[in-house]
Amino acid sequence: MTLTALAITAMIKVIVIISVALLGVAYSTYLERRLLGILQHRIGPIYAGPYGLLQPIADAVKLIFKEDFIPDNVERVTYTLAPVIMFIPALLTFAVIPVGDTITIMGHEIELVISDLNIGILYVFAITSLGVYGIVLAGWSSGSKYSLLGGIRSSAQMISYEIAYGLSIIGVVLLAGTLSLQELVAQQESFFSWYVFRQPVAFILFVVCAVAETNRAPFDLPEAEAELVAGYLTEYSSMKYAMFFMGEYANMLAVSSVATTIFLGGWQGPFLPPVLWFVIKVFLCMCVYIWIRATLPRFRYDQLMNFGWKVLFPLALLNTMVTALIKVL
Amino acid sequence: MEMVANFISDVSANPLFYLLAFVTIASALCVVTLKNIFHSALCLILTLFSVAGLYILLHAEFLAVAQVLIYVGAVSILLIFAIMLTSQLASRKIVQSNEQVTVAIFVCFLFLLVSIGSLFNTYWNGINAPLPDNNILTIGILLMTDYVLPFEVVSIVMLAALIGAIVLAREERS
Amino acid sequence: MASYAAVLIFLLLGIGLVLVTFFTARLIRPSNPYKEKNQTYECGERPFGDSWVQFNNRFYIFALLFVIFDVEVVFLFPWAVAFNQLGLFALIEMVIFIVILVFGLVYAWKKGVLKWV
Repeated sequence: MTLTALAITAMIKVIVIISVALLGVAYSTYLERRLLGILQHRIGPIYAGPYGLLQPIADAVKLIFKEDFIPDNVERVTYTLAPVIMFIPALLTFAVIPVGDTITIMGHEIELVISDLNIGILYVFAITSLGVYGIVLAGWSSGSKYSLLGGIRSSAQMISYEIAYGLSIIGVVLLAGTLSLQELVAQQESFFSWYVFRQPVAFILFVVCAVAETNRAPFDLPEAEAELVAGYLTEYSSMKYAMFFMGEYANMLAVSSVATTIFLGGWQGPFLPPVLWFVIKVFLCMCVYIWIRATLPRFRYDQLMNFGWKVLFPLALLNTMVTALIKVL
Repeated sequence: MEMVANFISDVSANPLFYLLAFVTIASALCVVTLKNIFHSALCLILTLFSVAGLYILLHAEFLAVAQVLIYVGAVSILLIFAIMLTSQLASRKIVQSNEQVTVAIFVCFLFLLVSIGSLFNTYWNGINAPLPDNNILTIGILLMTDYVLPFEVVSIVMLAALIGAIVLAREERS
Repeated sequence: MASYAAVLIFLLLGIGLVLVTFFTARLIRPSNPYKEKNQTYECGERPFGDSWVQFNNRFYIFALLFVIFDVEVVFLFPWAVAFNQLGLFALIEMVIFIVILVFGLVYAWKKGVLKWV
């Protein structure tokens, strides 16, 4: 392929992935509200369109027409930057996720991944570590006590769980011997070679840390409305608020995609086309997220920090060392 | 000397290099001139980030990611926490220069001379040889064989930092 | 390098998308700020004191712990990738490395730094 052809395919892939990701974000909110409704014996949104399917669009239109008032005590530049910094890293994760097998269109072989980096897993880990800045900046720049408290609490929570998050992936890397996500998927061709079976402890650690990293229930302390109003979101309104909201759901989708790729065989699966398998697995991961939210009560902050440092972290270290030991023997 | 010239012409062919270099220097200047210490910290993060970009241009992928993870994702967070925890610092305007500014300029100039000196005295041979495709593997092997002693020393240095911080924090509380 | 160029395109498009959204919202939304509306939210009361309050310095210790163990995790990645070619010796080296750091964690634990009051 010539350079221009490469550039054009890259461009098309980027546009498609971003559009699908945004659509996914919009309908994750719908999924969450419907599923929560079912789990709590309610109905959920049903009036906007058939089965309430137009609800995300209605929400978006509502938020974009809302007045965006900026309190006087706000640090304007940082305040505007914060939602962007929350959203962009979440989106950037999708750049390395392989969504399907290589396909052939008009004689060109096209890999269904935007860029298969040698260091794919590390890239994901690094991008995840940037997410904390959105929260820190929002908390600091809002000039409100609730925001600041929520921001610093939440960032301390995120960094505490990030270590175990990284360590849980190490177990898989030890077995795989590669950091490329494409190769990782290729290694999980048969059902029982999925890393969820070969590294079950790592998978559980990954799930727990992923929920904490995305600030979701039962780790949603930054938004603990009973004590902190809305945490770092307190002073945000209109599109900036929507950007945080989208960031949260994009993060959930990104983490689900990463979990699918690393532990659940990626796009591998029988009968159905690979892309569909990928979507189904990500969808199931999202459902688990919502299920957890509907089931578990919120942690107390001291419990949360204790759990991160005194349980998850030692366990993750132990898992890594035991995996290495088994591999040597 | 020829190697230096080759190397410089190789990198300078890439327009992205100039963009990244500009961002690095401009944001570094902001770090030492801005009046708000929190903004200085944010500019420092941008500086560190664009250095990571420069590493990618040099095909040092692992170094770039480590830069983002450790400096952008961890050390800067520590810095920001320190600023946020010091309530007097957060909202006050600070003056970045004092009576020792001439001394500082002199020291910086000296450092510049040393840097330029080492740039021309370094043996640059092999810089044009392509890096192995999977350089993280090579780094892993070298870390466990040739550089195992520095590697273990790193852990002791970090342990010392940790214990020092704990002792300081406890003194403050009592 | 080409793969990073794609990531760059992705980044630029993402930022462009955000800018377009913010700009469109700016065009169509109403704007009617006044003094009371622009006050900092404090549950309907008049805000009092400085918003940047003093924090517990325990947060700082956690950030420092994080830096140290983050470096450890970054070192573990190349080790894990190369482990196939290295074997038992590498495991022993890494165990020494980790035990030294875990000593720090145990120290912090015993001194009560990890405890939230």
